[in-house]
Amino acid sequence: MSAVLPTPASRRDPAWWGRVFWILAGAVLLWPMLVLSEFKPWQLLAPDSLTPALKFVAGFFPPRLDADFLLMVARETWRTVAIATAGLALALVLAAPLALLSVRVLSLSGMAGRMAAGPAALRVGVRGLLVVLRSVPELIWALVFVRVVGLGVTAGVLAIALTYGGMLGKVYGEILESGDAHATISLMRNGAGRLQAFFYGLLPQNAAELTSYTVYRWECAIRSSAVLGFVGAGGLGQQMDASMKMFNGSEVSTMLLVFVALVAATDRMSAALRKALG
Amino acid sequence: MKLESAPLKTAANEVYRLPPPIFQARCRACWSVVLMLLLVVASFWSLELQWARFFSHESVARMGRFLAELLVPRIDAAFLGKLLPATLETLAMSVVGTLVAAVFGLLLALPAAKTHPQDRAVWRGPSRLLLNALRSVPELMWAALLLIAAGLGPFAGTLALAIHTTGVLGRLFAEAIENAPDGPGFALRVRGVGEGRIFLYASLPQVLPQLLSYILYRWENNIRAAAILGVVGAGGLGQMLAFHLGLFQMAETSSVLLAMILLVLLVDAASYAARRVMSR
Repeated sequence: MSAVLPTPASRRDPAWWGRVFWILAGAVLLWPMLVLSEFKPWQLLAPDSLTPALKFVAGFFPPRLDADFLLMVARETWRTVAIATAGLALALVLAAPLALLSVRVLSLSGMAGRMAAGPAALRVGVRGLLVVLRSVPELIWALVFVRVVGLGVTAGVLAIALTYGGMLGKVYGEILESGDAHATISLMRNGAGRLQAFFYGLLPQNAAELTSYTVYRWECAIRSSAVLGFVGAGGLGQQMDASMKMFNGSEVSTMLLVFVALVAATDRMSAALRKALG
Repeated sequence: MKLESAPLKTAANEVYRLPPPIFQARCRACWSVVLMLLLVVASFWSLELQWARFFSHESVARMGRFLAELLVPRIDAAFLGKLLPATLETLAMSVVGTLVAAVFGLLLALPAAKTHPQDRAVWRGPSRLLLNALRSVPELMWAALLLIAAGLGPFAGTLALAIHTTGVLGRLFAEAIENAPDGPGFALRVRGVGEGRIFLYASLPQVLPQLLSYILYRWENNIRAAAILGVVGAGGLGQMLAFHLGLFQMAETSSVLLAMILLVLLVDAASYAARRVMSR
């Protein structure tokens, strides 16, 4: 019996040395990273940075709630939503044709086996364009546009349209290619045009997934349109940036609360929309 | 309606039906579509979009000149000597921010997860609320807020990444812990092992691969965020980008952009390799 009961020796963790080794190796690797990122949390407690920070945070309460200010916040919140919506609508206009051009299923020559050289090259080119559009963050587009034409909502709308156009185009292409292509190919083999095959075969099959992804991206666009305000593209972000620069804690706290509420509301709305459409 | 739903049994052919009407008052999807269209129209109508100014001859010419200048990046040794430290700084920000977030995310995920039916999980609501609040404010907004406390430089950016990512990872971790099979934990619990040890020896080993995969996924996101966080003054490549773009030095801007893209590709490759090693 005594052999079955745990003896003091078997209570030792057999993997102990391995754990110690990996923790030490991790620490050695992490050290230069901590130095490079100037990770000095004690700096936060230094009096010359703590006093203004505490003063700023103390201003958070009470949030500013007078009618004039709330009206302005409401207007800017609507602008943030409008920039995201208009940007996403333009992104859709950009993404739909590009996705159609890049889908391999809708290739007539591809049905016979290998796709002809011309169409294959076109698809690779369109995909490359989508990758370029997607890989430049919207904030950088916005910075460039703000430099070219000045501050304003147009820069935000265009920035969202370009980056999200790339994202939507790529993912639409992937969704359209991932499903069962049998119905579409049958239509084309029986003489339907490529657009007809798309509208009667490919689109109905994937419509739910496409809309659900678009609505999800709309939700993301609202968050990024608020961020774009920080570089001068209008909306809630721009007002928040201005208030922060003036160390006005009560205005910042109102806008933060409104922003968190907006994100929560779009979260709910997008979930409900996806359920209704899906 | 009744005729449609119960076709006559004697009919030799299928009963032909008209396609459903495009709009029905009872169809929720139709109303949703109408709502979305209204939202889009209202957005375009209410924004003062200056397309004329945007696509004016002068603006288009300026954009063209910008793009032409972007095509020749500056790659002399003196500039690369400044670019490399900024790139490493961005990398360090993303790594440290993600790791700090992983630690705090796990600490907050423990109270946010209900691990067994008898667990009362009194802190589940409050900790989830906190995680959601951390998550719903974007990194860049945190960075702008933290500049006041942490000052200009990469530390503010690192903290901003850590705070936002704590919210994201904490929620993902909590869900992973809740969804883990409860057999091993139950076996230890009926023997009277404490909750801390149950987590360390039953829950953690089961969810660890998933947690690591979430951390890698967030690292890929954070390197993208870290690259642009500097635009508000939080260090790294973003700060350089905002500086050179502000002075219209397009050759330098182009090098910074290239460095960003290379860094993102590198991190993606590293994360992919790590996943391959883990799944083996």
